[in-house]
Amino acid sequence: MPINFLCPEYEVVRDYDRCIACRVCERQCANNVHSLIKESGKMFADSSKCVVCHRCVSLCPTRALKIVKSDHSFRQNANWSAKAITEIYKQADSGGVLLSSMGNPEAYPNYFDRLLINASQVTNPSIDPLREPMETSVFLGKKPTELVRDENGRLQNNLAPQLHLNVPVMFSAMSYGSISYNAHESLARAAEALGIYYNTGEGGLHEDFYKYGRNTIVQVASGRFGVHKAFLESGAAIEIKMGQGAKPGIGGHLPGAKIVGDVSRTRMIPEGGDAISPAPHHDIYSIEDLRQLVYSLKEATEYKKPVIVKIAAVHNVSAIASGIARSGADIIAIDGFRGGTGAAPTRIRDNVGIPIELALASVDKRLRDEGIRDEVSLVCAGSIRSSADVVKAVALGADAVYIGTAALLALGCHLCRNCQSGKCNWGIATQDSQLTKRLNPDIGCKRLINLVSAWDHEIKEMMGGMGINSIEALRGNRLMLRGIGMTEKELEILGVRHAGE
Amino acid sequence: MKKINARDYQWQELNDVVRATTGDIELEGCLGERFIACGAADRKITISGVPGNALGAYLNGAEIECLQNVQDAVGDTMNSGRIIVRGSAGDALGYAMRGGSIYVQGDSGYRTGIHMKEYMEKRPVIVVGGSAGSFLGEYLAGGLIIVLGLGSDTFPAGGFTGTGMHGGEIWLRSDALPPVLPEQVCVTRVEADGISGIMPYLSDFSQLFDVPMSELTAKGFWRLTPNAKSPYKRLYTPN
Repeated sequence: MPINFLCPEYEVVRDYDRCIACRVCERQCANNVHSLIKESGKMFADSSKCVVCHRCVSLCPTRALKIVKSDHSFRQNANWSAKAITEIYKQADSGGVLLSSMGNPEAYPNYFDRLLINASQVTNPSIDPLREPMETSVFLGKKPTELVRDENGRLQNNLAPQLHLNVPVMFSAMSYGSISYNAHESLARAAEALGIYYNTGEGGLHEDFYKYGRNTIVQVASGRFGVHKAFLESGAAIEIKMGQGAKPGIGGHLPGAKIVGDVSRTRMIPEGGDAISPAPHHDIYSIEDLRQLVYSLKEATEYKKPVIVKIAAVHNVSAIASGIARSGADIIAIDGFRGGTGAAPTRIRDNVGIPIELALASVDKRLRDEGIRDEVSLVCAGSIRSSADVVKAVALGADAVYIGTAALLALGCHLCRNCQSGKCNWGIATQDSQLTKRLNPDIGCKRLINLVSAWDHEIKEMMGGMGINSIEALRGNRLMLRGIGMTEKELEILGVRHAGE
Repeated sequence: MKKINARDYQWQELNDVVRATTGDIELEGCLGERFIACGAADRKITISGVPGNALGAYLNGAEIECLQNVQDAVGDTMNSGRIIVRGSAGDALGYAMRGGSIYVQGDSGYRTGIHMKEYMEKRPVIVVGGSAGSFLGEYLAGGLIIVLGLGSDTFPAGGFTGTGMHGGEIWLRSDALPPVLPEQVCVTRVEADGISGIMPYLSDFSQLFDVPMSELTAKGFWRLTPNAKSPYKRLYTPN
């Protein structure tokens, strides 16, 4: 049907003066974009299959390739964008729910970009992190509200179990299945080397990675895949996944085609069967029910591990967080609407939930107002892109952040947003052995360590500039932030003043 | 066998005491103490009184025998072992159970056996002597649920049985016609001569609760399996 021909949004451009027809591009592309035309001996590219992952561009030995946005366009229309039109064509053709990957790409306001960080001048000297000690390590978990002494007056240890992070950054939940073995190995090894944590996601923990347990957060979601006693005991903390920023209110569905080999073994479900995570936990309909799951996990692990409850940032997030803080959870993780995903319905990803900046500020304020902020630590997620975002998040009230997309970018992801296809040319979001071997865990691990170490250094520089030598003193310190180009209401929710005030 | 009186402890202390003991124990006088035998392995725990929610969650091989009723979320995410209930069970029995078995003499509440799954040699089994509430076996991914409907002539399960089912089997002993079932479910009638597949479990039930086999096989079964023609899936379009 000619109606359904969608002119490619991007074009593969080849410089034939440079191309030597070595066919590297052809071998590197799992989407079969490139082919050799035998008659002419020239390479041909079918742009309609290109997902813009830049694998061929990066590996072309003669730099003969580039991918450019096509200048082909529909007739100009401010209301009916090319995106709106082509999505209607796709759905009229298939009758299917539109499925996308990675975080919300739409142009919603980004509040991190409208916040500016303070620095000391003259009266309160800045600190040089190269010369002075700077503390960026944090402890996550419930903090005691009182000192307890025994009959001899000695302090008793009434501290709940804590996670110790050398840097207030952790790798967020990405399941084995949605990403590859080599990607998980890179994350696990980097977390160990950095003294931070990575998160198994809801797909269980591969037996090879139990040895990184001290730096692992194990996740329990509605499908309970791979959840058993040894799994719960293997990690440093247990995370209950109630929601995900990219798809609040809906579950997950890993198709049977991806449940192969080790993925099947790790999830403990048969090969080729669908892995369905229902939208809600069908045993949780209230905070009391959540409390029951929190305590059953604590009982099963003898109160040795903190329990994290992860929710998506939605309209009533502060009231929900207040309930969670009373459920016995030690840590609340909040995932904003720009958070990544291996697959989510486009309409949900792009329209449901709220920005993490507003959610975080509102939750931190609510918990302080209610006097229960120390009952829990707050971890925020949902598109933390740089060390500046980390500093701003901490100043808005976060104890630490989760990074997912940023970590994948460090591993080589080019944000082509095509994870759902399972044909990731960078060997990250795929289980195809020909593709997964492209990600070398030695290099992946090193790159993750580089990224987080660089951010740590930058965080220290920014803290030093503010005259703060401990990240604990920055947490919730909104005087260190000023808004730019925001309305009164936005400033009120964020709890910051406008620049110049 | 060591005896522990649950009334002597607050629930958290009781669970500490149970964990600190080894070998078989008897727990007496339970009155809603939660999380008993979470993740327990290699022992037998006999319980009198009514234990609280999440009894035997993540159970890892232990056998629990309850002489009276039990409450909600018994055997949540159970991995192996056996739970015997000489009474009725509350809601969300055997949620996401992966292995082992649960035998209930009486009825079970809503959401029995939701999202049970099986893997390799692990195949979870729930046998309910009486009737089950609504949402029985929702999202069932594997394993076996048998509802015997003893003492009842009506269909022994409520509405929405097997919604989203994509694996496993549900057997309901009844002559009454099933209500309208979700499209993900296939129903077949199996008379007494075709039930050899579930005989070992019927025989266990018969022995455990002293119900004659002749009574268990006096009625035929409705066997519910996932409908391969209308599987649980949505059609997606890459975008």
